[in-house]
Amino acid sequence: MRRAYFKNNWIAALVVAPQLLIIFIFFYWPSSQALYWAFTLEQPWGGGNEWVGLENFIFLLSDDRYWHSVRISVIYALATTALAMGMALILALFADRQLRGYKSFRIGLIWPYAVAAPAIGLAFRFIFNPSAGVASYLNYAFPDLWNPVMNGSHAMTMVIIAGAWKQVSYSFIFFLAGLQAIPRSLTEAAAMDGARPLRRMLDVQLPLLTPTFFFLLVINITDSFTDSFGIVDTMTSGGPARATNLMVYKIYEDGFRGLDYSGAAAQSIILMVLVIALTFIQFRYIERRVHYT
Amino acid sequence: MIERTPWLNFATHAILFTGLFILVVPIYLVIVAASQTLPDVMAIPAKLLPGDQLVVNIRAAWEEAEFGTKFTNTLILATGVVVGKIAIAALTAFGIVFFNHRLRMPIFWMVFITLMLPLEVRIVPTYAVAANVLSPFQTILDAAGITWLIDALTGIEVALEWNLLNSYTGLIMPLVATATGTFLYRQFFLTIPDELVEAAKMDGAGPLRFLWDILIPLSRTNMAALATIMFVVGWNQYLWPLLIITDPNYGVAAVELSRLVPNMNTTGGDIPNWHWAMAGTLIVMLPPVAVVIFMQRWFVRGLINTDK
Amino acid sequence: MADISIREVRKSYGNDEVVHGVNLEIESGEFVVILGPSGCGKSTLLRMIAGLEDISSGEIAIADKVVNALEPRERGCAMVFQNYALYPHMSVADNIGYALKVAGMPKAERAEKVRQVASSVGLEEFLDRRPGALSGGQRQRVAMARAIIREPQVFLFDEPLSNLDAKLRVQMRHEIRRIHNRVRATSVFVTHDQHEGMTLADRMVIMNKGTIDQVGTPEQVYNAPATAYVAGFIGSPAMNFLGGQLSARHGAVMLENGAMLPVDARLAQAMDGQLVQIGVRPEALTLCQPGTGSLTATFEFYEELGSEGLHHLKIEDVPFSVLSETKMRLEEGTEIGVIIPQEALHIFGAETGRRIDTAGTARIGVMA
Repeated sequence: MRRAYFKNNWIAALVVAPQLLIIFIFFYWPSSQALYWAFTLEQPWGGGNEWVGLENFIFLLSDDRYWHSVRISVIYALATTALAMGMALILALFADRQLRGYKSFRIGLIWPYAVAAPAIGLAFRFIFNPSAGVASYLNYAFPDLWNPVMNGSHAMTMVIIAGAWKQVSYSFIFFLAGLQAIPRSLTEAAAMDGARPLRRMLDVQLPLLTPTFFFLLVINITDSFTDSFGIVDTMTSGGPARATNLMVYKIYEDGFRGLDYSGAAAQSIILMVLVIALTFIQFRYIERRVHYT
Repeated sequence: MIERTPWLNFATHAILFTGLFILVVPIYLVIVAASQTLPDVMAIPAKLLPGDQLVVNIRAAWEEAEFGTKFTNTLILATGVVVGKIAIAALTAFGIVFFNHRLRMPIFWMVFITLMLPLEVRIVPTYAVAANVLSPFQTILDAAGITWLIDALTGIEVALEWNLLNSYTGLIMPLVATATGTFLYRQFFLTIPDELVEAAKMDGAGPLRFLWDILIPLSRTNMAALATIMFVVGWNQYLWPLLIITDPNYGVAAVELSRLVPNMNTTGGDIPNWHWAMAGTLIVMLPPVAVVIFMQRWFVRGLINTDK
Repeated sequence: MADISIREVRKSYGNDEVVHGVNLEIESGEFVVILGPSGCGKSTLLRMIAGLEDISSGEIAIADKVVNALEPRERGCAMVFQNYALYPHMSVADNIGYALKVAGMPKAERAEKVRQVASSVGLEEFLDRRPGALSGGQRQRVAMARAIIREPQVFLFDEPLSNLDAKLRVQMRHEIRRIHNRVRATSVFVTHDQHEGMTLADRMVIMNKGTIDQVGTPEQVYNAPATAYVAGFIGSPAMNFLGGQLSARHGAVMLENGAMLPVDARLAQAMDGQLVQIGVRPEALTLCQPGTGSLTATFEFYEELGSEGLHHLKIEDVPFSVLSETKMRLEEGTEIGVIIPQEALHIFGAETGRRIDTAGTARIGVMA
């Protein structure tokens, strides 16, 4: 607990004012607008709006297309999270042994974090393109084996791989930091107890990594729900036949292409509730992140 | 530790190489395509060795997408996000850590909550705000009856309007409106020992002097960490610029990149210019990747401490 | 130079009062050490003088001016902190000169003063270094220099030596006293280390649980501790305590084990039947054959201190120690006699803990 404070509270008011103003305009106002729109039926900008209660939600929840979008979003979230975290965990456990070349491996595994989603999207779209590049040979040898342009599950697979690729680095960085925060004396004690490296990974490092694991699990799932727009838009535009029309993308489509603001707002609210629920879960684990004493 | 584990060491290297391979191969294929001619790119079986067209393709992509303007805009966007975030985050954290007022915790929570909802989930109403930033105030004035009052008294109709579509301010502001940096700074400020504050007080320094002379120089590492992350975030923005920028003079690189390849479902049979698109992909991803590699230490530290 | 006057000062955090109505006058140029265990309120008192802590009630005046409402910078005090609180990003020179910079002194003049002060504490070679590159003792000197350069009316020290190793601590102790003798600024020094207090102080203030138990010179405090608490706190090895009762008939204190220790007859007369605690310092005692001394104890173990030996004994399960140049290494459980001279007895009321002097009255600490 801090005990040394300054007393000029008007200076405090002055320094926090800019942020409060910005978050009011660009965060709290829009969020409350979304709430308002979700319960009204409104013409875009101008025109009257009419209170409709839960009608927007009822309409949404009885729409098969929305449920389809929810379903594939969950699949996307779980699949990318599992792929990215699994790979990141294995790589971090072995990178943490800090053998020769450790530094090069580390940077080699970190940089993908910096690649923009549309760049990843385009790159993978090219790589998995059925008629160009590497995948084309597959189709040449086995006609119609692979066609994400026409086949929904192929498109979904492609989007998931790109999404997972994008997430690996983030998890890797956190797993590695988590491993390095484990006091060396603990692994040394285990070594004195006769545990070999793999045994130590299982018995000492993995259990102590649980808090990091839960933290990343929630962050990754949240990100998969909210941060998939760039990839979907550049790879498939939600297609073919809505096969990759994830929740975020559908909000964008309904809101800006279909100009259905109330529908988009209701979807936003549902997504917000989902994200808040996930964040709430994360809160319970974030507290437990560093405890080694 | 002295342990001889040759087999495990071999396995470790094998696993790490495989991981590296999986992450690098896609980019390698991008480089290959970016250095070939279109027929080579479309060849079956694929040619897996780089060609000699890299410079030609990059130049073509650069001109095709007008990357000159776009890169400048993206740089402005990223710099704006970096500077705005750092300034606002440092000030707010200063206000809630070093002053003991009743609103400290409420402000803390108000800022904290913004961590929960990324821009993507509140995109539609945020767009409406960008179309007229003053609309919140107009609505409040309307609701409070003040607009009506002024109209009745003076005959002047109050219509506040400030459109941020197609402007740098509009690009930058909503991206600054989250708590990421504030928390990084808050955590750092909380580690400043009380005695340092007291020593400064004894030396006669007031709050602003303390901020300027002591806190800001001490938080350089923090600043570097935050700057690295925010540069990457700013440079890679896609959805927001896609929405609010319709004037090509304000377009950013990531959005322009996606326009190099026609939409998948609406391709009219033309073979996309993959070699240009891949060259474009390469140059668009280069700046943030370079920043992360060169600023690796700050970047990792910042990422871990921001909790997003 | 300025005197400091502390009147009925209290400090509470919420409902928790940690300083209970303290009165203290510190003369101009005096070196006062506030001594007490951690949590006794000594640092809080110091920080109230500095202006780093609000005063809940009462008054503090520096040079006859009430400073309760003044900011720290307006009080003319300089402070040396326990962990030095050096600015890690500034050079030694900038650290020392920061207060002058804030005060707006021109650069050249400042540099000259910094150089002077730095050389007076032996830091001139280190002016360009960062605090991180200095040893503990050097950092301590920077903290001192930073205080000295302001030529303050009052120097405040908040346990400044507790982070140093034993040898350096002694050395810095002497240095601080030397600087004080030269500068003669009013100094208030807070510590929990009695040796520091004894060697540095003109006057000592012993605090216990938020109140002052005694104020006096080191000799007064050692020779005539005002409370059992002070008696036990000051002196090393610590004073021995035994329970007993004053008896007018015997003109003595009757100990719980039946032994008699003669005391002033008037005292015994005046307070007949009073339950007391008697205290005797280990260095005032002599060992003798069992049965020949004031009382008999059993031997527990021996501790070698070099010039002297410390003999740990037990009297009816109460630990008791004797410090003497005659070194006796006996078997555990051996009986041994102890001679307690009458003038070595300190008598305290068993309930009040206050000193009962020969006049038969209990006194609290001497208020200056």
